[in-house]
Amino acid sequence: MDKAVFKIENQDIAWCPGCGNYGILNILQQALAELNIGPESLVMVSGIGQAAKIPHYLRTNFFNGLHGRALPPATAIKAANPSLTVIAESGDGDMYGEGGNHFLHTIRRNPDIVNIVHNNMIYGLTKGQASPTSQLGLTTPVQTRGVINEPFNPLAVAIAMNASFVARCYVGDSVQTVEILKKAITHKGYALVDIFQPCVSFNKVNTYQWFKEHTYYLDNTHDTGNRVAAFAKAIETDNMPLGIFYENSKTTFEENTGVYRNDQRPLFRRELDVSKLTAAINAKKM
Amino acid sequence: MIPISHSPTEISLVLCGEAGQGIQTIETILTNVLKLHGYHIFATKEYMSRIRGGSNSTEICVASNRVASYVDRIDILIPLDKPAIDHLKHRISPKTIILGDQEQLATDLPIIDIPLTKIATALGNHIFTNIVAVSVLSGLFQIDLEMLQNYLASYFANKNREIVEKNLAAAHQGYQIAQELISSGSINIQIPQNPNIGPEIIINGADAVALGAIAGGCNFVASYPMSPSTGVFTYLAQYAPEFGILVEQAEDEISAINMGLGAWYAGARAMVTTSGGGFDLMTEGLSLAGITETPMVILLAQRPGPATGLPTRTEQGDLELALYSGHGEFPRIILTPGSLSEAFSLTQKAFRFADEFQVPVFIMADQYLLDSFYNVSESDLNPSPVHSCIIETSDNYQRYELTSDGISPRGIPGFGTGLVGLDSDEHDPAGHITEDPEMRIQMVDKRLKKLESIRNAVIPPEFSGSQDYQTLVIGWGSTYHTIKEAFAILNCKRAAFLHLKQVYPLPKELASYLKTADKTVIVENNATGQLAKLIKQETGVEIGHRILKYDGFPFSVEELANKLSKIL
Repeated sequence: MDKAVFKIENQDIAWCPGCGNYGILNILQQALAELNIGPESLVMVSGIGQAAKIPHYLRTNFFNGLHGRALPPATAIKAANPSLTVIAESGDGDMYGEGGNHFLHTIRRNPDIVNIVHNNMIYGLTKGQASPTSQLGLTTPVQTRGVINEPFNPLAVAIAMNASFVARCYVGDSVQTVEILKKAITHKGYALVDIFQPCVSFNKVNTYQWFKEHTYYLDNTHDTGNRVAAFAKAIETDNMPLGIFYENSKTTFEENTGVYRNDQRPLFRRELDVSKLTAAINAKKM
Repeated sequence: MIPISHSPTEISLVLCGEAGQGIQTIETILTNVLKLHGYHIFATKEYMSRIRGGSNSTEICVASNRVASYVDRIDILIPLDKPAIDHLKHRISPKTIILGDQEQLATDLPIIDIPLTKIATALGNHIFTNIVAVSVLSGLFQIDLEMLQNYLASYFANKNREIVEKNLAAAHQGYQIAQELISSGSINIQIPQNPNIGPEIIINGADAVALGAIAGGCNFVASYPMSPSTGVFTYLAQYAPEFGILVEQAEDEISAINMGLGAWYAGARAMVTTSGGGFDLMTEGLSLAGITETPMVILLAQRPGPATGLPTRTEQGDLELALYSGHGEFPRIILTPGSLSEAFSLTQKAFRFADEFQVPVFIMADQYLLDSFYNVSESDLNPSPVHSCIIETSDNYQRYELTSDGISPRGIPGFGTGLVGLDSDEHDPAGHITEDPEMRIQMVDKRLKKLESIRNAVIPPEFSGSQDYQTLVIGWGSTYHTIKEAFAILNCKRAAFLHLKQVYPLPKELASYLKTADKTVIVENNATGQLAKLIKQETGVEIGHRILKYDGFPFSVEELANKLSKIL
């Protein structure tokens, strides 16, 4: 499939020139096209922020909901119609800050969705305040004496919670990122893909150059089935590893609810059997 | 014979004990065997927010004619512990017969001594006390012992044989006590039976809402437990395997409503169940439903606030919360069932309204309605086929197509060749973000225009009483039966009662009903008369008299009749 199927004509993009979001948009389209996932069978779910505008720049179905709330509707959409490919995509502030509770519980549920997080370690749309992943000491117009709170470590949290797929990418390397994203999409179960990307307007520390210098790829010796090894890699913070940290095959939320055990049809294809309800009411007569 | 009732056709029984003593079990067994015996029954309980201790009570009205309201009067009281008498002292009159363990209760009030605890202890466990009590009462109503024992055997079918045998023995002994009380002339209950009641169904408000939801096609429920909404959530979870309902306990109410919206977006028919405090967390999601025109059904089960308030008590204090919650301006529908039949039919209707008008629909209930049981006939719970408004999309489908009535055909992803886009930002017909002022005005107007169609579909109020009325009494929701029964006692010639089943938008007929009245009275289980304020705002009519109650308890028939008699 040609990724041009996702193109929207004459769009007015709200991202700054040079923003890492362009790279992620391109990578996502490439991965979907290579997997032959067309616009009609895809739903992009997002929250609020610059990253969360991505569904508007990609021709497909979308649910651009509230700040921090992409994961609950994404879980429900997949559960209501498992034949859809569902990607929940937003920034670090949205997913790890405002939506932190949903992040934890979505990992517990394990819906078969991909969760892409644009991680630029800053708030862009609100113009440059600290995000949950901002590094200690980073000064901003609000954190005037530097960030004082321990940065959130999404990978370590996800691995600690036995998430079914945990990966980190760097937008500057599109070839590797496309491959990792394809694996995340084809993986059955919840897949976290945290993507490092620079905010060219508000984060003057964590730049393209900085990410390049502070990251390295996990090599062939890393066992993605080893949770303890994955955790050890996730808590490396000086030089941060990229790649697939952890994979763990388990049943999905949709399967576990039992709704599809005897009936594969999505919920909208089903009809209430009124006689069954009447029988259930009559059964109360004792 | 002791005259035990103001009404020869109705007796009110109250059982009271601490949490954990099995009041719930007593209520279930007694109501069922009394119904099978040919009595109309009504049961309502009041309980404290604790798992053990305190004082909880259940009132069971047993009658020849239909009963469905709480009364203050206690004809027969069985206190299961000493604090029970103190807990209910304001409702005990010289006419109240108290049956219980004289020694344990240690009270100056006249007691008919029955050795409840002694029998239970002799059977090996204090826990059998409740079955002895049930059986004494069953005996007093001359329920066939074999029928009682058959019922108990099926009720305890999952327990081991020894437990079942002991319960049956407890029943036998309790029954004998009743026979002695009757033959000694201590108590003689003679209220006519009605053999047609046997096949009726006993349910409570929570079950009626759950069944109504299924009738409405509900196949997705995401909620966070909170009294008094939890009953509906629990019933739906129990019906889930049979009806293919996806039930998820969300991490919080924010997640619950956002899941519900995602589910509707993908073609499911979703409901969230919550109470005031939980709904506070949902209001952001309500606003999302507003701008994205995503259907949503919300059970708002009221209890007294603010904040944690009285967690297990009842109130109608959240009407304004339902009316004004969620930022921005968008239409909504508020339904207010007053009976079990309405709890069923209006919940069913809520799904239809949500789907058709693509707006949030509230079912306003409260602890009193949801926790009260009575017998209804099969025709009171009448499901009709579900009609879905989802369309199959074509290539150039636009989710927010501008139409004459503001309602855009609703497509879902994966059904048809079109794409379905939804945005929390102001958007164009395709669902993409816009800041164009013209488009903004068109979209606001489109959403608000739906209110016209909604107004034309409003569920009409129920009018009863004199056509030639001077005084009009207005109520909404769970006060329905209590007002009806108070009217029956008062036998008012020039008064009428208007029960609102939908309070937003208000029914068009309301204005003319109000115009005809010389005197208007509102009855609300809250402190500020929230419906009266809404009526004033929408019709300009100032309601003349307000009968309000906000101590956490429902109106009783006597209390309301007394208050109404001073006005009528």
